[in-house]
Amino acid sequence: MSVAAAGEPKWNGGMSLFRKINIAVIVFVILYAGIAILQPNYLEPAGITNFLRRATPLAVLACGQIFVLVAGGFDLSMGALVTLTVIGGSMLTDNDPGNTAWAILVLYAIGLGVGLVNGLVVTVLRVPSIIATLGMLLSLNGVAMMWSGGSPRGYLPDNFRFFGRFTFRDVPLVGSFPVAVVVLVVVALAAWWGLQKTVFGKRVFAIGDNPRAAALSGVRVEATRIAAFVISALAAVTGGILLGGFGGVSVDVGSGLELQAIAACVIGGVQLMGGRGSVIGAVAGALTLFALFTLLNLLGLPQPLKDTAQGVILISAVASGAWRRRRAG
Amino acid sequence: MRRLLLGVVAAAATLAFAGVASAQNFDDPKEFDAAKQLLEMKPEGPAGKPWEQHLGGKEVDTAKYKKPGPYHICFSNAGVNNPWRVVGWTDMQAQVDMLKGDIASFTHADAEGKDDKQISDINAFVSSGKCDILIVSPNTTAALTPAVEAACKALPVVVFDRGVLTECPVTFVNPIGGYGWGIQTANFIAEKLPKGGKVLALRILPGVDVLETRWSAANRIFKEKGIEVVGAEFTDGDNAKTKAIVEDYINRFGKIDAIWMDAGATAVAAIEAFEDAGQPYPIITGEDQEDFLVKWKKEGLTAFGPTYPTYQWRSPVIAAVKILKGEPVIGPTWKLPQPVITQETLDKYVDEKMPPLHYAMCGCEDMPGYPEKWGGKK
Amino acid sequence: MTLADTLPASRRTRRSLPVPLLLFLASAVLYVGAALYTGQLNQLGASGLVGLAQRMVGLGIVALGQTFVILAGSIDLSVANLISVSAVLASFVMQGDPAMIAPAVLLVLVVSAAVGFVNGGVVAKLGVNPLIATLGVGLILQGLLSASFNNFAGSVPEAFQGLAYGTIGIIPWSVLALLALAIIGALLLRSTRFGAHLYATGGNMDGARLAGIRTDRITILAHVICSLMAGLTGLYLASRLRSGAPWVGRDGVYDLESIAVVVIGGTLLSGGRGGVWGTLAGVLLFATLDAVFNMLGVPAFPKQVMRGAIVILAVAAYAIRNKGPVA
Repeated sequence: MSVAAAGEPKWNGGMSLFRKINIAVIVFVILYAGIAILQPNYLEPAGITNFLRRATPLAVLACGQIFVLVAGGFDLSMGALVTLTVIGGSMLTDNDPGNTAWAILVLYAIGLGVGLVNGLVVTVLRVPSIIATLGMLLSLNGVAMMWSGGSPRGYLPDNFRFFGRFTFRDVPLVGSFPVAVVVLVVVALAAWWGLQKTVFGKRVFAIGDNPRAAALSGVRVEATRIAAFVISALAAVTGGILLGGFGGVSVDVGSGLELQAIAACVIGGVQLMGGRGSVIGAVAGALTLFALFTLLNLLGLPQPLKDTAQGVILISAVASGAWRRRRAG
Repeated sequence: MRRLLLGVVAAAATLAFAGVASAQNFDDPKEFDAAKQLLEMKPEGPAGKPWEQHLGGKEVDTAKYKKPGPYHICFSNAGVNNPWRVVGWTDMQAQVDMLKGDIASFTHADAEGKDDKQISDINAFVSSGKCDILIVSPNTTAALTPAVEAACKALPVVVFDRGVLTECPVTFVNPIGGYGWGIQTANFIAEKLPKGGKVLALRILPGVDVLETRWSAANRIFKEKGIEVVGAEFTDGDNAKTKAIVEDYINRFGKIDAIWMDAGATAVAAIEAFEDAGQPYPIITGEDQEDFLVKWKKEGLTAFGPTYPTYQWRSPVIAAVKILKGEPVIGPTWKLPQPVITQETLDKYVDEKMPPLHYAMCGCEDMPGYPEKWGGKK
Repeated sequence: MTLADTLPASRRTRRSLPVPLLLFLASAVLYVGAALYTGQLNQLGASGLVGLAQRMVGLGIVALGQTFVILAGSIDLSVANLISVSAVLASFVMQGDPAMIAPAVLLVLVVSAAVGFVNGGVVAKLGVNPLIATLGVGLILQGLLSASFNNFAGSVPEAFQGLAYGTIGIIPWSVLALLALAIIGALLLRSTRFGAHLYATGGNMDGARLAGIRTDRITILAHVICSLMAGLTGLYLASRLRSGAPWVGRDGVYDLESIAVVVIGGTLLSGGRGGVWGTLAGVLLFATLDAVFNMLGVPAFPKQVMRGAIVILAVAAYAIRNKGPVA
């Protein structure tokens, strides 16, 4: 997959990253201001936390996807894994709160397995990750349907739904505080620490930037790559638990989320084909994308124009990034 | 080059003009009145078996299709891409089991929601020479018409659910349909809504004929009765999005009194939005999905469950066997009754042992393998 | 049947392994085996085989186009949306009037070429990653289309339906058209300077640039070809479905499936190696799977799982020999 980026100088300086994050944040602030003008209660603490709660699943997915993207790959199987998590959760718990704990463990084990298979198919079978995870997407959708016979067989108990749905009331300062926002903060901090503060994170950047050089300098390229896919899959399971919690059981919760997660990262300045990006950018990108959806809904624009706006933002975000890199390089 | 440009300009101009002429009519007063009449009609046929009943309609002679049994039935399915179709497909397979003595084989092809594939599937059935009769559940009406027409020339055809634009099938089985749904639901809300109450309409997506007609009929009644609809929003059938939309409306208007839905899949999510906002439950029309019925009963909602009954998947199999035996069937259109679930009949349909996305109006309780085959527990 | 005549050409593609031949044989074994096993001998007769070939047309045309962009080291995710746009435009402009066939076809081709030009330009000139560029363009197209149309729009006249339903003897026009397009594509790749430059651009863009090849132009041209092919697929679908609706492309999953068959056919996802015969053989494999699954009565859900696994395994079968790093 050496595509358009070929031949461009790679920039490793921290300053450009900094500038790019700012842009995603700035766009987000502008969009959110637009939302607040249309519906002022989005400015109240409860409105803000509620917005964050809704954006959390996408942000969590972006926090996982970024590992694979920075390592130079793609994970298209995330959305299907979200669906499998929700349907699997309903099959395993069957509305019995006593089942929740082990069911969540099993779901994470499934995620671990999916991530391992993705990683092994890419590293051992040497299938490009787009195709490997595309095949996984098709298969996982089929597995979820086979498992459930076409539709979920049970309800999700309330304690399973706690993470996605519950809101603490009467919290000082903010009034109400959704559990999902706590999850978002924990996941984002963990991802930030893992990608940007550890040796492992540096290796992920290194194999995305130049796998041959990384291998020569002693990085275990394949193990690192597999780990990136596992992290992405675990994030997808987390996203599925949140979405199932927020909305309850349904059959196609995850469809299209993989592309939204990639789009969020890209808007946040993560470079496809690897080597550059930051977790703060990915989260900001997810919030930006979600603010855009919310704004378009509030504007009452015809539904489909949402797609159009998303397309324009995607291309301009990447084009402006490429343009500035070119000027800088 | 210039001519090419001219041609393009001409075409573009036609584009601009043709817009009005081609607009599909989802709000046809004639169809509306016809549905109204059908709703008032008394179904004929065996009591307690709505899938064998009919509203009006004439019998067609099928003597020319008579064959010695047992029969090879082929079925071209649009897909099993949503829980409604999954329940229906299970119904159909169970119906085949019930008629095992008459049916030697039942072969199906799943088009996975693709028109192009379904056309090929139908052609393959026709050329296989292995089918005595073909049942079709078309993915879209217009696109499948030529393939069905071609199939009619080779063997008897039965169509159900969505129709085709030809009368060549022996019969086309379907319930009253979207206009009827809209009338039933809007009348319920009109009856229960306090004066000056606000209604929020939640729709799945635009452009699907069965859904558009539900909305047009309901909206017509809302207008007639002077009911205020504060918004009609598309949810994509997505729980999270439904919740977000309802929350935003509650915030904007302070109070929403009733929720009208063109399909019930996200009804529970809409109800939960009221719970999460600490608001009283609205009047709501959903569908016959179990999660909604269970919630309705548990919380004592003021609710209404229209149906697009999945038992219609049983009828074509019964019709197919009858046709091959030379017995008369209702045709060329066979209208099935379209019952609703009300407070009075709720207890009959609510069943916590069935899966949340099961459709209660499946007419499957007496079928072999119930409830396990439908995902339920004994 | 029709494919057999053209297979010898596979030797001339850049890959030394006869991937197309292998895929062709695998498809034939599967198909004949399933027909014999289920006793559906009719499917081995002329009408059964023609039906199989007909299954290839829609995906086949767009996959030929996708081959060009992938060879150039790019990719096109907007084809499904463009197919919908073309199908709707065609039937909407025609409105059942035979006199409007020519303008409608022209309009579709012009619009498709323009979309290809934009795709190629955004990739080559703005330096946007092709996945994002074409995903974005696809979203823009789909949004505009769905905002303007929400159902089948207009209809095509009887004469235009001949494209999908007409036959010469028993062989449908559309199958012959697919074959003709494949031959033209093969000639373009093998015997023209553009073809040589395309392989060079996809194989090593920097090297190609140093050698004086205007890689930007090559990339743009490849995208224009791909989009034109998507436009033709749209026309075919409008003819076959009698009308176009804004969802025909997306429901057909033509974006992901076209990429899958190109890669299954032995074209490297990173560009520079492969060819149209491999793609066509990949399309044949997909069509065969559809037909075989039908004959065996495999339910829809396991079918999905198997198709996913087949995509991975087919690519792995020769990707595993590739020694370079893979991401």
